[in-house]
Amino acid sequence: MSTDKMFGEYGGQFVPESLMPAIEELTDAYERYVLDNEDGFMDEFRRRLADFGGRPLPLQHAESLSERYDTAVYLKREDLLHGGAHKLNNALGQVLLAKYMGKERIIAETGAGQHGTATAMAAAHLDMPCEIYMGETDIRRQRPNVFRMKINGAEVNPVTTGRGTLKEAISETMRDWATTVENTHYVIGSVVGPAPFPRMVRDFQAVISEEAREQVQEKAGRFPDAVLACAGGGSNTMGTFHHFVDDEGVGLYAVEAGGSSLQVDEVEGVAPNSASLSTGEEGVLHGARTKLLQDSDGQIMESHSVSAGLDYAGVGPELAHLVDEERVEAVNVDDDSALEAFHRLSQDEGIIPALESAHAFGYLEEHHDELGDVVVVNVSGRGDKDLETVLEETEKRDLDVAPDMSVLRDAAGSGGDL
Amino acid sequence: MGLERVFADGPAFVPYVAAGDPSYEESLEYVEALERGGADVIELGLPFSEPIAEGSTIQEAVVRSLEAGMTPDRYFEFVEDLDVDVPLVCMTYYNLVAQYTNDETGERGPRAFAERAAEVGIEGFVVVDLPAEEAGPLREACDEFGLDLVFIIAPTTKGDRLEQMREHVSGYVYVQARLGVTGAREDVSDQTEESLARVADWDVPKAVGFGIKTGEHAERIVAAGADGIIVGSALVDIIAAGADGEYPFTETAQRLESKARELKEGALAGAEKRAATEQSD
Repeated sequence: MSTDKMFGEYGGQFVPESLMPAIEELTDAYERYVLDNEDGFMDEFRRRLADFGGRPLPLQHAESLSERYDTAVYLKREDLLHGGAHKLNNALGQVLLAKYMGKERIIAETGAGQHGTATAMAAAHLDMPCEIYMGETDIRRQRPNVFRMKINGAEVNPVTTGRGTLKEAISETMRDWATTVENTHYVIGSVVGPAPFPRMVRDFQAVISEEAREQVQEKAGRFPDAVLACAGGGSNTMGTFHHFVDDEGVGLYAVEAGGSSLQVDEVEGVAPNSASLSTGEEGVLHGARTKLLQDSDGQIMESHSVSAGLDYAGVGPELAHLVDEERVEAVNVDDDSALEAFHRLSQDEGIIPALESAHAFGYLEEHHDELGDVVVVNVSGRGDKDLETVLEETEKRDLDVAPDMSVLRDAAGSGGDL
Repeated sequence: MGLERVFADGPAFVPYVAAGDPSYEESLEYVEALERGGADVIELGLPFSEPIAEGSTIQEAVVRSLEAGMTPDRYFEFVEDLDVDVPLVCMTYYNLVAQYTNDETGERGPRAFAERAAEVGIEGFVVVDLPAEEAGPLREACDEFGLDLVFIIAPTTKGDRLEQMREHVSGYVYVQARLGVTGAREDVSDQTEESLARVADWDVPKAVGFGIKTGEHAERIVAAGADGIIVGSALVDIIAAGADGEYPFTETAQRLESKARELKEGALAGAEKRAATEQSD
């Protein structure tokens, strides 16, 4: 039974004692329902992913990008999953598991709001009461997603501690769970947290690479030379990589948010990036030993990225392990590169990507010469949620690839609503 | 003889405050005031930026202390500067233990942390996010330097887990009176007696914490069988009000001392009540 708590030296279960029994109960449920398909759990999960989620999703040959880079570029279209991001794969799996476990209430944290909206949708679909914790900074920059969660019937609880982003939201959700653990399941949103969460979330997300591995062989007639996915906590990353890990010739690139700089400000406790795989040090956060953005004492840094969904000081322990093993290459691109890539994919391919996903395309732009002849890039989500941010951030910069926004400025100037 | 000795002569009052809250100098005075008020052991918090088991009162204390410049090295200096005779227990989160580095030898981790703690006179640890399963390296370091490692028993801790903790625990066991996070409450949890019953035959003293606010709470909990009471948020609330300017610094110290006395006297009254009940049985 593959329920090891560790990935090399990473992982484990560093949580307050009041949560340990719930984690043991979850481990048991994971083994029975997910790994052993007890009561047909995995069959029901697959059926709901198809009927409710819209799977399987296409692997699309990207014609313009392929021509631009003289490389066959394939897009794994997770942006077409119900809800607009890969997050539903995990949220649906966990809410369904909570039902099988007899839990009566769902809680979850959210950063960009994608996991929160996916959880709210899954909870509405499966008729479970649902509360979402979200940092108030993120509430401000992701308003459409807050509204979507409310529409699906979820409560949204603002988190005001710290800088009000994902890290604080996870801490606050753990506090709720410590109080309500007997009837509540915590649907964690990424491959982070105490065991068994990193393995379980990876297993729910692994459908991405299960499909892509088949599809690329059909379409390209071979395995890819490189697979690219953005990495914050790392759930789309591990989902996209999992079934390729044993294919030795396939390069796996986890593209992190380089933010505005890879330097950290130790005095202020701020890292103007979210590149924990590239620059972090081993430590313990939110239940797991992993790579972290921390100061020399072990206090956790405030991370930053233009993309709220990548804005996290930690990363999944399995990814940290695969990077140490040199199976996954940790790379990063900065905010500017991600914004340019956002506009390029929108214009050249007619796909508006999430700012998170845009990081993977930023890396493709910068390093396409080194990636081989066949490249798969995961479009982890669609970018509708990011339009306000992109508008603001594009205004601040002089990007060649950005569209002329003057029509919006003129409309605003004459009393229009920008 | 470890921390058990403190519980030998009657019920122990164990206050918690975050070191350096709201400033280094004020905090020294506050800890000393708690000793004057009757503290038998002091749990001195070493603040971590992500205190996932704390309610809002202690979260805010942690922020005040960190903003005033508290670090692990400053913390150990703080302990050296303290003028108290009662034992001190360091309460913190594991990442600070794991990252601690001895600047002279370059050694990093639990052993370096325990060595430095022992050197400044700390007698034990409570590491909130370190369950027994992950505690091996710190347990070894504690044994090497003669420190106690206190574990928290939650209302949900049962069966094998309880046995595992029984093997690892020393000093005293921290019985968490209710589920959830730290914070002062208006009533005593019904779960207290049940939780105490589960560890009744353990050799180590049982100290109950989470939610205790008044002398009357203390009395009821000791009467129910606790060997000690742990009180954090009700004391930190006094420090918070002082930090907000509700009363001057000297008054904050006086209020802490009298709150400590109220809690200690409550505990003593609870012990008398228990003795009376046991006699009539």
